[in-house]
Amino acid sequence: MTAQVITITSGKGGVGKTTTVANLATALAADGKKVVCIDGDIGLRNLDVVMGLENRIVYDIVDVIEGRCKLNQAMIRDKHYPGMYLIPAAQTRDKTAVSPSDMVRICNDLRPNTDYVIIDSPAGIERGFRNAIAAADRVLVVTNPEVSAVRDADRVVGILEAEEKGTPYLIINRLNTALVKNNDMLSAEDVLDLLGIHLIGIVPEDESVLIGSNRGTPVVTDVKSRAGQAFRNISRRLQGQDVPFMELDSQSGLWTAIQRLTGRK
Amino acid sequence: MEQITSLVQIKGIRDGLLATFSDAPWEDQRIALLAQIDERPSFFQGARLAMDVGSQILKVNDLVDLRDHLSERNVILWAIVSESSTTEQTAQLLGLATRISKPRPEEHRQVADTITEDTALYVNKTLRSGTRIEFPGHIVVVGDVNPGAEIVAEGNVIVWGRVRGMIHAGCKGNRSAFICALDLSANQLRIADEVSAMLKPQKDPRPEIASINSEGRLQAELWHSG
Repeated sequence: MTAQVITITSGKGGVGKTTTVANLATALAADGKKVVCIDGDIGLRNLDVVMGLENRIVYDIVDVIEGRCKLNQAMIRDKHYPGMYLIPAAQTRDKTAVSPSDMVRICNDLRPNTDYVIIDSPAGIERGFRNAIAAADRVLVVTNPEVSAVRDADRVVGILEAEEKGTPYLIINRLNTALVKNNDMLSAEDVLDLLGIHLIGIVPEDESVLIGSNRGTPVVTDVKSRAGQAFRNISRRLQGQDVPFMELDSQSGLWTAIQRLTGRK
Repeated sequence: MEQITSLVQIKGIRDGLLATFSDAPWEDQRIALLAQIDERPSFFQGARLAMDVGSQILKVNDLVDLRDHLSERNVILWAIVSESSTTEQTAQLLGLATRISKPRPEEHRQVADTITEDTALYVNKTLRSGTRIEFPGHIVVVGDVNPGAEIVAEGNVIVWGRVRGMIHAGCKGNRSAFICALDLSANQLRIADEVSAMLKPQKDPRPEIASINSEGRLQAELWHSG
């Protein structure tokens, strides 16, 4: 096993990075993969809460870096999936406690025994973001269909290209088809048109995502949820399967737009 | 990221930060670098810095001195890239790397002297938010100019793509400069010291050309051949 390191980032805050990490990791673990999540948001940790593991934290990533514990002591096993682990962020420190080379070292230590390492990046383009992308083999940029989020995503894509991280993949999160229909929200085509990168998934707006996050059980485990289905599809695409995009109603022309845009390199 | 106005350019690379030095006197550049770090201490805190010193010839004392000043600021100097073998030897003596994974930055500096106002910069990519391109001649972009990107040229600006960002042509006061694009839905256009307000995105974009008209106002009109 040689793990693929995937970083989830966005530029803007609140677009659903942490939720995406928790859901993709859970979906991959449900497929029998060994997954390690790393919370890169030192000082503002919350991936542990979304995954429902807050009360199990003893050691965190800064303890590993500063040598107070071994790497596997900071890896918290998930409640439901024995193949899924979380390395939590420190809450009492800040981003300067971790350097990009620390992240590379930790990921390299994880690689031999893991299928996927998923890193949750903090918002912004400063130190924490640099740490989060340092070790990435692949970057997923999450955005919402709103102008400010897309602008920040564009900036992040530019930085990733400049850092030679390759062209990232795009997740459009919280798409509300009713609003798009009334021209009150950017459509998936609008977002893709501007960013011009590969789309790996569209997650529809769904209340069950929020409910799942608050309960500490990611929505991806809910077989009836459409957002959960979207995350399951993304996880299959990450595993190299060719999964068709979900039919989101009232999106005429979306198909052709996606095919046109993802087909162009 | 890039600070074009300063003597020393600093940008992010895979292994941390890269400071590129020009041919100006070493002492001036050393001070400029430290001043830049002091301006934004939190950004540089704990950074790994590589330096491309061009053809500067540096002795052990120069590098030790700089390394100490940097480490006082919690910046780690790890590599020196140089064209001079003396400097390279000095760096190796101090246990610094002399190669970085990225190839040496292209030879912009040497070209800089030969630019006349009729030279054009050809940019074959989409400019994303946060990118700023300045050039003392014309600029030709094959790709889009996204919102949040900026282009500043002393001459004309031609974009084979969509313009959603800010473009300033004739920035040194050339009122006969023009801007043209396949879709000119820019946030803001400037020619010399004239500024146009927002141009509405069009449903059916057509090539347009913006210039200063006989009344001295900046206006965009559809492009007609011949």
